[in-house]
Amino acid sequence: MTTLTSTLNAKTRINQHRSVKTRWGRVGIYGFLIITALFFLLPLYVMLTTSFKELDDIRSSSIFSLPQSFSFDAWSIAWSSACTGLECNGLQVGFWNSVKILIPSVFISVMLGAINGYALSFWKIKGANILFACLLLGAFIPYQVFIYPLIRVYADIGIYGTLSGVVLSHVIFGMPIMTLLFRNYYSGLPQELFNAARIDGAGFFKVFFFIIFPMSVPIVIVAVIMQVTNIWNDFLIGLVFAGNDNLPMTVQLNNIVNTTTGERAYNVNMAATILTSLVPLVIYVASGRWFVRGIASGAVKG
Amino acid sequence: MEWLRVRRHIQRNMLAYIAVIPMALTVFIAYMGTMFWSVRLSLTSSRILPKYDFVGFAQYERLFETSRWVTSLENLVIIAFLFLIICFVLGFLLSVFIDQKIKAESFFRTVFLFPYAMSFIVTGLVWQWIFNPQLGIQSTMRNLGWETFTFDWIVNPNMVLYTVVIAAVWQGSGLVMALLLAGLRGIDEDLWKATKIDGIPTWRVYLSIILPMLRPMIITTVVLLSISIIKMYDVVVAMTMGGPGIASEVPAKFIMDNLFERGNIGIATAASTVLLTTVLCLIAPFIYSNYIKKSR
Repeated sequence: MTTLTSTLNAKTRINQHRSVKTRWGRVGIYGFLIITALFFLLPLYVMLTTSFKELDDIRSSSIFSLPQSFSFDAWSIAWSSACTGLECNGLQVGFWNSVKILIPSVFISVMLGAINGYALSFWKIKGANILFACLLLGAFIPYQVFIYPLIRVYADIGIYGTLSGVVLSHVIFGMPIMTLLFRNYYSGLPQELFNAARIDGAGFFKVFFFIIFPMSVPIVIVAVIMQVTNIWNDFLIGLVFAGNDNLPMTVQLNNIVNTTTGERAYNVNMAATILTSLVPLVIYVASGRWFVRGIASGAVKG
Repeated sequence: MEWLRVRRHIQRNMLAYIAVIPMALTVFIAYMGTMFWSVRLSLTSSRILPKYDFVGFAQYERLFETSRWVTSLENLVIIAFLFLIICFVLGFLLSVFIDQKIKAESFFRTVFLFPYAMSFIVTGLVWQWIFNPQLGIQSTMRNLGWETFTFDWIVNPNMVLYTVVIAAVWQGSGLVMALLLAGLRGIDEDLWKATKIDGIPTWRVYLSIILPMLRPMIITTVVLLSISIIKMYDVVVAMTMGGPGIASEVPAKFIMDNLFERGNIGIATAASTVLLTTVLCLIAPFIYSNYIKKSR
């Protein structure tokens, strides 16, 4: 007991000695972190407070001040009656379009990524490595290189400007990162597992659906988080391929904000901006480490 | 005999070959096919409609005589240079400071990474409001009584690029922080003990020992950030529309404008070929060393 106390005392003394030396260092560290955190939070603060303000309030005060009265009017206008061009049905149109685009795109691209990853890591396919390298290369190339010919192809097969067109594009452009995620994950699974199933006579899809896929829950979660965020945040693909009837929320947001005539309703615009980023924000906050894991293991953003 | 073996191999793995057909189609049609198509179009005299004649490098000559394109390339270089340096220094400092067993670590991590979850459109819009002289920082300072305070970077052709850089740094430096922090967490405790015994100052350890150890992470980060800058489009559309004038024009936007608004397919595809070549030179070695060599 005495030895323990004396060791503790000695430790405290050392720590005290150290803390005198490093106290200013700690202050510096926290100071830097807090100031940077304020810089990062500033835009969020501005959007939130402004969205609750009345227009008069915005005119008479600064965007950094707190609202004088709380009003949810801007939010309901942004959601249901803000105008894009001639139509005034609010952001909800874009929201539902984004949902319609999101669900099939995420489902198909995650499933295809899983199957690709499985085929690449467990099956001997001639030329698989070269194919995979070309696929990865595609993730880095600016979309502008593909867009015009793709439009022509889509127009020829009749899916340009349709929901299928935009879903197909998300599947195409999401494939590198999805395949990479699953391939890396499956390379970590024991090969014996696969061999045993093969000896029992199970075929390609049987092994996949009964053995490999059930073991993929963690990476499926990561993949879904990544794809939901990427597709929700996409602007370019939606703008080019979706057609006027299916414009996603980001495109509609930009239209609402940048095409208004007359006095700008900043409170409505900022409420609309928050509404648009709500889905990725909620996913980010709720998923926490999963989100980071996706970034670290994929480390390619399409 | 050889063909018999090949046939047996294919028969045994038939379903695997069928399963990768979507991937093969994506690579051969959606990526390579369209890529060659774009390059082919850049050698024609296409304007609003595609033509399949051959005019050599005439479109490239026109392209580099277009001041809008030259400006957008220069802008890209300036933005990329500043963005990479600032993102990197800020992200590295954040990751090192967060690694000092600080309080509220997960709060700080969450705050620094959340912009990465936001779309470029949202990023562009919100910074446009903050920089807007009639609404944001300038107007606030004037309301506070500093009548002559001027902060008009976003409408000033000489300064507008820096506002784009600030917005992009806000969005991207969390990624650097997250990736480098993962690297720092992977470093052996023994290293710290050893440097303590040798009495090497902490900052020196970070600069001379840790930083070189993080090299693979750093290369990945630099490649990711460079690619995101070359692709930069949404944030400029939302923030400045390339203006004032052409002061914040970027190549990706130049291509989109020429494809869809100016009806100039030849120039647009020539410009996208230039981007393509740049990207290929940047990342071919990276992909080879990072993904292919490591395959089992």
